[in-house]
Amino acid sequence: MIATAQRSLGQRFLSGLATPSGAVFVLLVVLLIGVIAMNPNFAEPGQLVRFLSRTAPIAIAAIGQFFVIVSGEFDLSMGAVIATQVVIAGNVIGQDEAMILRGIALMLAVGVVVGVVNGLLTTVAKVPSFIATLGMMLALYGFVRFLTGGAATGNPVDSFREIGRGALFGVVPYPVLILLAVGLLAWLVMRAPFGQTLLAVGDNPVTARLAGTRLVLVKTSAFVLSSLAATVAGILLVGYAGVHPSVGQGYEFQAITAVVLGGAVLGGGRGWVLSAAAGAISLELLFTLLNIAGIDATWRPTVQGAIIIAAVALGAVAWRSARKPKPSRPAGATGPAGTASIPTTTTRSGER
Amino acid sequence: MMRKRRMGLTVAALAAATMLAACSTDGSVSPSATGDASAPPPAETQASGGEWFDQAVFDEQFEQRSATFEGDPETPWLQYIDGPMTDTAEWASDEPMRVCFANASISNPWRQTGFITMQQQLAALQESGVIESMEVRDAGDDDNTQIADIDFFIAQGDCDVYIISPNSTAALTPAVDRACETGKPVIVFDRGVDTDCATTFIHPIGGYAWGIDTAEFLIDNLEPGSNIVALRILPGVDVLEHRWAAAERLLTEAGMTVDDHFTGADPTEIKSIITDALSAGEVHGVWMDAGDGAVAAIEAFEDAGAELPVMTGEDEMSFLRAWDERGMTALAPVYSNFQWRTPLLAVEMIANGEPVPTEWVLPQEPIEEDERADALAANEGMPDGHYARFGGEDLPGFPEAWQDR
Repeated sequence: MIATAQRSLGQRFLSGLATPSGAVFVLLVVLLIGVIAMNPNFAEPGQLVRFLSRTAPIAIAAIGQFFVIVSGEFDLSMGAVIATQVVIAGNVIGQDEAMILRGIALMLAVGVVVGVVNGLLTTVAKVPSFIATLGMMLALYGFVRFLTGGAATGNPVDSFREIGRGALFGVVPYPVLILLAVGLLAWLVMRAPFGQTLLAVGDNPVTARLAGTRLVLVKTSAFVLSSLAATVAGILLVGYAGVHPSVGQGYEFQAITAVVLGGAVLGGGRGWVLSAAAGAISLELLFTLLNIAGIDATWRPTVQGAIIIAAVALGAVAWRSARKPKPSRPAGATGPAGTASIPTTTTRSGER
Repeated sequence: MMRKRRMGLTVAALAAATMLAACSTDGSVSPSATGDASAPPPAETQASGGEWFDQAVFDEQFEQRSATFEGDPETPWLQYIDGPMTDTAEWASDEPMRVCFANASISNPWRQTGFITMQQQLAALQESGVIESMEVRDAGDDDNTQIADIDFFIAQGDCDVYIISPNSTAALTPAVDRACETGKPVIVFDRGVDTDCATTFIHPIGGYAWGIDTAEFLIDNLEPGSNIVALRILPGVDVLEHRWAAAERLLTEAGMTVDDHFTGADPTEIKSIITDALSAGEVHGVWMDAGDGAVAAIEAFEDAGAELPVMTGEDEMSFLRAWDERGMTALAPVYSNFQWRTPLLAVEMIANGEPVPTEWVLPQEPIEEDERADALAANEGMPDGHYARFGGEDLPGFPEAWQDR
């Protein structure tokens, strides 16, 4: 706090931009300019808003994934949660408007249960989150396959789909508003004591535990936030596109890529939540750019893979140098970067 | 045919465990559509266009579109183009038959609809004492599983007749040969295999006919030079590649600008592709190799405030309804779903010792605008994933069996 007071807002802004989590905003602007240069139509307000609207689900998923990654874990079940929610929406709500609220309540409940199970498996049963959420992913995909046979089923009623398709006063799409709301909430959560504890847990679980942090509660909450974010993304996607068991597939990797691109350190302890959302938008902009440039969409996973590797490799180094000599935020206040680089080892060392 | 490879296959990044996760994503979700093959050998090399085109087959199917079909047009599932017949007298029997069915999958709405029709046809034939039972093994879009399924049936030795809907052509050929060697009748339908040992091979005219019908429709309704976006499920599946090979040839010859994309039938992907295309310029036509996901494409035009395109989808109810509600200029090509009845009816003919067509080519007629209202009325109350030309109106359980799936 003292450090903050000593530096002007401008200085803080600039040093922020020099961190990986700040740099993603620069990247976003550069990509946006690139897309507009290649396709001037893109600069029309209507098009920009529509782009943001269709990016909202992945940005929200990235925000959810951020909570888990920053606490030192992974959530691979996100895509499967999205698919599950989409199928639940199609089956439970169907063409009955009266079921909308109950349907949403059920979906949120399913989201909470998935998050709690993921969290307890990771913290109490000591199953590495990689395996726990991978198992959850497979279990949920099996459930989706059972319900649908692997094929599209009917869409839910149009009034429910408006959440993902409609716009306030016909101008601002609901998904954009929901993204803004989720972003604001996430920002508040990260500024609250809970957010600080989450960072501490991710940075050094042993210290956090010795300092009296209830690891089970904190990490489980992160998993719940993640699967709730996936649930919201699912609600938006079923409105945007409709019911198909493949909706949401690959979202866990896209979200992880976005979080890493947003400068968060894999293994936890470092990162800004809004940078994760900016990472997701940047990733979509990059795909759009590749698409306009006529590069086959089949290359997307390759690009994504290269980004993850590059971002992780650069990230730890950049965090260390950017925030020296004096970290101005609690986010950078503890220990050298990358102390907890592999989630499994950190959890193991934090025996209860 | 909608197995999605795009995401997940090449995420070479997050370390070995991530790779594992990515692959499992592919294996476990894998939605598909009409006529799928899990990993057909020519997929990688022949993914784009030209190599799939076979002029002789194109010409043959072009002719078959206007061929005369034997039999009653009221029961198209029993119609066939005149040709060589297989003598079945040796299998004639008064005893009810035990049928063994090795199915590729039911992982798309087309196959699901067809499988319901098949089960209702089975009920009718059990009632009449032709068939005692049908044991079904579902390979879940996996070649190896289906080979194992067929070998299991053979080893069990409890089948009077085999029905096989192959997952892919080359991989399943030896297994079908082994079934033939048992001396029992073997009925193959939908996708083919590279052997002529089967008693009968049942299929609609084929992918080229689909491509010709749809391309001709777009050419008739659009100016030369129009922009057409082609939405394709995935590369490497013959029945799909043939549709596009024929359509691409004709559209390009007619001076259309075509831009094709693989969608995995994922509506999110379809919507993004159309939205991107619209942000880059006008789109006058949309061609699809299967109707699954057509609604997402139409909605993308609406959300962008663009004029609706001239469009070809499929006889899936979701598309017919969207076409009707919006008054679009469209065509619904048909990959005759009623073919799922035919194998069991062939069993009946075999039990009676009647000859069956060695290659049983069923009619395949697209639904045009003036037939749409009838098609919608005949299928009222059916779910969106239902296919109008399912041909089960006279079977027991109609319509509930198809409505409650």
